[in-house]
Amino acid sequence: MVVSTPSRSGAWRGAERGGGDGGGGRITRLIPVWLRRAGLPYLLILPAVLLELLIHLVPMVIGVGMSFLRLTQFFIRNWLAAPFAGLGNYRVAVDFDSAVGAALLHSFLVTVAFTLLAVGLSWLFGMCGAVLMQRPFRGRGVLRTLFLVPYALPVYAGVITWSFMFQRDSGLINHVLVEQLHLTDERPFWLIGGNSFASLVVVAVWRLWPFAFLVLTAGLQNIPEDLYEASAIDGASWWRQVRTITLPLLRPVNQVLVLVLFLWNFNDFNTPYVLFGKSAPREADLISIHIYQSSFVTWNFGSGAAMSVLLLLFLLLVTAVYLALTTRRRSRA
Amino acid sequence: MRTRKLGFMTAAMSMAGALVLATSACGGDDSGSAGSDRPVTLTYWASNQGPSLEADKQVLQPELDRFEKQTGIKVNVEVVPWSDLLNRILAAATSGQGPDVVNIGNTWSASLQATGAFVPFDDAALAALGGKGRFLGPSLAATGAAGQPPTAVPIYGMTYGLFYNKKMFAGAGIDGPPKTWEELIADGKKLTHDGKWGLAVEGASVSENAHHAFIFGQQHGADLFDSSGKAQFDSPQQVAAVKQYIDLMAVHKIVNPSNAEYANGTEAIQDFVTGKAAMLMWQSIASSVKAAGVSEDDFGLAPIPLPDPGTGGRQVNGMVAGINLAVFQHTKNSDAAMKFVAFMTGKETQQTLNKAYGSLPTVNDAYDDPAFQTPTITAFQQILANTAAPLPQVPDESQFETLVGTAMNQMFADAAAGKPITDGYVKAKLSDAKQQMTGGN
Amino acid sequence: MREPRWLPWARVIFLGLLGLFTLTPLYVMATSALKPLRDVQGDFNWIPVTITLQSFSDMWRTVPLAHYFVNSLVVSSISAVASVVVAVFAAYAVSRYRFRGRKIFSVAVLSTQMFPGILFLLPLFMIFVNLGNALGVQLYGSRLALIITYLTFSLPFSIWMLVGYFDSVPAALDEAAQVDGSGPIGALLRVVVPAAMPGIIAVTIYAFMTAWGEVLFASVMTDESTRTLAVGLQAYATQNDVYWNQVMAASLVVSVPVVAGFLLLQRYLVQGLTAGAVK
Repeated sequence: MVVSTPSRSGAWRGAERGGGDGGGGRITRLIPVWLRRAGLPYLLILPAVLLELLIHLVPMVIGVGMSFLRLTQFFIRNWLAAPFAGLGNYRVAVDFDSAVGAALLHSFLVTVAFTLLAVGLSWLFGMCGAVLMQRPFRGRGVLRTLFLVPYALPVYAGVITWSFMFQRDSGLINHVLVEQLHLTDERPFWLIGGNSFASLVVVAVWRLWPFAFLVLTAGLQNIPEDLYEASAIDGASWWRQVRTITLPLLRPVNQVLVLVLFLWNFNDFNTPYVLFGKSAPREADLISIHIYQSSFVTWNFGSGAAMSVLLLLFLLLVTAVYLALTTRRRSRA
Repeated sequence: MRTRKLGFMTAAMSMAGALVLATSACGGDDSGSAGSDRPVTLTYWASNQGPSLEADKQVLQPELDRFEKQTGIKVNVEVVPWSDLLNRILAAATSGQGPDVVNIGNTWSASLQATGAFVPFDDAALAALGGKGRFLGPSLAATGAAGQPPTAVPIYGMTYGLFYNKKMFAGAGIDGPPKTWEELIADGKKLTHDGKWGLAVEGASVSENAHHAFIFGQQHGADLFDSSGKAQFDSPQQVAAVKQYIDLMAVHKIVNPSNAEYANGTEAIQDFVTGKAAMLMWQSIASSVKAAGVSEDDFGLAPIPLPDPGTGGRQVNGMVAGINLAVFQHTKNSDAAMKFVAFMTGKETQQTLNKAYGSLPTVNDAYDDPAFQTPTITAFQQILANTAAPLPQVPDESQFETLVGTAMNQMFADAAAGKPITDGYVKAKLSDAKQQMTGGN
Repeated sequence: MREPRWLPWARVIFLGLLGLFTLTPLYVMATSALKPLRDVQGDFNWIPVTITLQSFSDMWRTVPLAHYFVNSLVVSSISAVASVVVAVFAAYAVSRYRFRGRKIFSVAVLSTQMFPGILFLLPLFMIFVNLGNALGVQLYGSRLALIITYLTFSLPFSIWMLVGYFDSVPAALDEAAQVDGSGPIGALLRVVVPAAMPGIIAVTIYAFMTAWGEVLFASVMTDESTRTLAVGLQAYATQNDVYWNQVMAASLVVSVPVVAGFLLLQRYLVQGLTAGAVK
């Protein structure tokens, strides 16, 4: 409602004024058309721009502002009264000798490792799945559909099921490992301690490989069949075809897919939150949960905001470098 | 020309349409704030005291109806799960939008007091509730920083005790609850066999861990904060206290390592109620006992063993737990809100609600009901009145719970994995927690 | 294409393992929902010993699930539709016009994908509160606030995908329509949108799913009357007992509509991606 009113009246006024100006000759008659032509794209993107401003950009600017304040429970009712902290929050966050900085660094490294593994495995599974299902075979449609289910499930429903499977005493994982395969005598923990990292990766891959599979399947359908036929006539092996046709032609798809998977995993809050609750085990302390703890749970919003800004800067940097590198390589190829 | 203009119009209209549609379809939530000509309506956020949100509502509703009949003030209650309550209160405090009256965990009192979002109960306000003397001393002490008017008033009282399974004790040839910590460990060892365990703990619950860190810290004479309010979680006494608790699993092996995974505050009770563990250090378990369909007579309640008076620690074996009721500054109906507080602390309401929740009334005059003369309630009341201490009433208290509780989650996880839990290890974890107290003052 | 002899075997084995990995949790969800409480508390059993539908009837009482369900449905569908409408217009502008700021707009919108939700959760909350105060309505805690929030969450991906899709619709088509007397918007609605239907359906599904699964913002921006399933489902764990069978039953019930819808429409998703984004 807020958004629509100005945009509509703006449109009206623009049109009226244009009509009014158009009195005589050819050229003046053209002006309103030109004006409208120039204005139309802006009008079209206006709702999107306003919404992005409202939900993303303005809050982010406020968030950046918060990161310079000593914003604790004493001041949440009146932010303006919060003392200016300068770069204090940042200094604490990057002082890796202090407990806060060290914990942030640890969480950052855990997140990097988690993201690399989750993106790598999701991509690998998706790629193998898509390539192996490129040729039609009986049941392909059904299998394809089934493979997509984890992605279609609401995050919490899928993850909560995994957390049930990971229960030490009543979960499926330990039932299989201990009771059925007799791999260990002692029931391992999956939701606390060192294994929790593996659990997190498994759940993330389970949830996201279908997305990679979906995108890559779509990408494969864009590769013209005759390319394969031509290379088959040349006597190219299957493996050679994968390397010389499939992979290069999927490069633009992969460029975007890997980036999206990276950003999703790095910022993922839902999976660890549903799996572990508010305090994740140290070994699986992803950065989004860590920041949540540093601000919401400990009432230190300035410090949490500073950490988020650092995270944002890191993601911007990685994305920019990644796009620069992959785009250059692509244009050279 | 015309069609072009139409193009503009269509674009603008359909955008407007989409949003207007959204607005009209969903903007119609009743905000609950009353106009001057309408009867007064209060919004009340209750904490989850019973077995489920729905069950709580059924307990509260008849009382609220009775209040409405008495005063003409309607109360809309929302039972907020514990996982959301603090966030929601914080959001309401930040925004000035939210309920008129709210339940808070009494350990949050000083932290929330610091926000200035709540109406202080000065002497006049307390007098309207029957005066300070009406309230249970320890419970009233846990309502905000010392020297300031309370930020809330207690409505449900609670403390910790040691529940034990009478049949399991008899089966192991133990004739009564342990009186010293050594006895507790020895009994626990006798009770631990064949998949049964001596004691159950909620090892991944931040607040349970923090509460035990406090209780045993008191027994060792530790102070979590020094006189200037600075955190000192890693004093030798506090390290010993935390280690004493973790050692139940790590050294004495009377706690099932699986307990290290218990996070949501119900699983340890279940282990105890279903006979998987023989002892439990907990607050009220009445509603769980009822839900499990077993008799409360199967279980006994004793104080958590006190330390030997010669060791220099304090004679403390419980913390003053419980729920306080606070009124938001932003309420437009402060008179009605105060009437509601008076109602909730009234004798009859206190008796009904505390009976339903298995908690202790926070006003002295409510104890004449025979329901509060049962062995369990009497034992709890004794502990609360004599040997319970309130958590430090400082603004940083909730950070203490989060940081130390989380550190102890980690310790239990390591203990369950069989790693040795040494003094140095405990101290390092607690020092880390202390150093993260950078916010606040 | 000549396939090496080992490939069919590799295919069967690999796809088999992948299928096992993918489907096991679904099997666990479905079977555990049918077990009585005591059977989900002890050691795990692959095959339910006792089958009961008890949890399916109990779960509505433990938590007001039906209420949350309606909330989720309202919030997710309206935000999905609104998001697509906004995205269609924006994508049309980016696809068909060369205007100053076009590049900046595209990059800026996509870059919001990078924002950590935790950074703007509290500020956004404050904005809704102040906006609500200024307009005299309560925005915070209302479904409207959640709808607006969710619709922007799916905007970046939707715009980006639709731009790709619109690019694949020949510009000659809408020019022809404009010659026939439609304005640019008429051309968009009458020619481009129908031609891009698979892409639009794909984007709608995506937007719906994004809203249906979001946890963080829902946990702070809803109250009892507007709570969504994402938050509501967690209430099972805060009860007296962890009713795993009810949790699984509820998960199943809240998943079925989304999964069914997704699977019914998935060919559009593949088509949409094929023609649009991955081109």
